[in-house]
Amino acid sequence: MAKIKGTIIVDAERCKGCSVCIASCPCQVLALSSEVNGKGYSFAQMINPEACTGCASCAVICPDSCITVYRQKIE
Amino acid sequence: MAEVEIKQENLVYAKPKLITNQEMHYCPGCSHGTVHKLIAEVIEELALEYNSIGISPVGCSVFSYNYIDIDWIQAPHGRALAVASAVKRLHPDHLVFTYQGDGDLSAIGTAESIHAAARGENVVAIYINNAIYGMTGGQMAPTTLLGMKTATTPYGRDPQLNGYPYKIADMMALLDGATYITRQSVHKPANVRKCKAAIKKAFQRSMERKGFSLVEVVTTCSSGWKLSPVASNEWMEQNMFPYYPLGDIKEIK
Repeated sequence: MAKIKGTIIVDAERCKGCSVCIASCPCQVLALSSEVNGKGYSFAQMINPEACTGCASCAVICPDSCITVYRQKIE
Repeated sequence: MAEVEIKQENLVYAKPKLITNQEMHYCPGCSHGTVHKLIAEVIEELALEYNSIGISPVGCSVFSYNYIDIDWIQAPHGRALAVASAVKRLHPDHLVFTYQGDGDLSAIGTAESIHAAARGENVVAIYINNAIYGMTGGQMAPTTLLGMKTATTPYGRDPQLNGYPYKIADMMALLDGATYITRQSVHKPANVRKCKAAIKKAFQRSMERKGFSLVEVVTTCSSGWKLSPVASNEWMEQNMFPYYPLGDIKEIK
C-alpha cells in the first residue's frame, strides 16, 4: 500500500531551540540535539524520522522559518 | 522503506522568499517571527511584493524592516497609523499596513490608532498583544492582566493601584470607520493558519478600499513572562484567552 512519508531539513544555524515545533509535532518526530550550534543553542532534529508524515506543522509554527518540509508518496 | 527524495516537486513548505536570510534578533520562540512569516507569505500570495509599504513601530519589532523584504517606514513611537494614513492617501494603489505591539498601538499611540480607525483609513494594523512591554524589560502594559506579575507590578497588577486592562480591538469595533476587526493567535499550527487567513482577508479588504482593518494577534513574551516558549503558550491559553477571546469581532461585508 502506498504511504505518505515526509522529512524535514532544519537550518541548524538559524534555529534557536525554542521547542515549539517539538510541542506541535503530532507524531513525536522531533527533539532537541545534544550538540549546540554557533549561537550556543541546541537545535531541533528528527529523532524518529520514520514517523514523519510531512504535515508541516513544525514548519508552520517555527518563528525563525528554519524548517523546510518535503513529502512523497512511497509505493 | 525508501527515503523521501529532497527535490523541488516534493517540497511542501519552505521559508518564504520575502523573509530575508538575516537572523532575527527576537528571543527564542517569540511570536513576532511567526507573524512576520505570515505577512511575507500573504504578500507573496497576493503578488504585492513591489506594492507594499509597511510601517514599523517602536518596540521589539522596530527592526522588522530588516526581516521582510518590502518597503518600510519606521514611525515615531505610537504614530505608525498616522504615518500609514498619509502613505495610503499618497499611494492609494499600494498595500499599506502597520505592525505594532501593545505598547505602541494601545498605550502611547492610542489617540492616533483610534482616530485612524474612526476616519476609516484603508490601512491594516497588525497588533501584537502580549500584555507586557517586552523590549524595555517586561514592565506593565495597559493590556497586562489583573494579577499578572511584571517588573513594575511585582505583586501582580492591582486594579486599585494600576487600573484595569482594556481591549482596544473591542473599542475600535464601535467605530463606523473600522470594518474588519479580528483577534487571532499563533500558538498552534491550526491557529497560525487561521491567523494567516485573517491577515490575507484584511490585506485584500484594504486593497478593495473597504475601510480600516485591525488584526490583533494575542502572543507570548517568554522573556517578559519568565517562562519557556512552550510553557508561555500554555499560560496564554489558560490566562490570556479568557480575557482576550479569539475570533472575529466585527466584519462589515
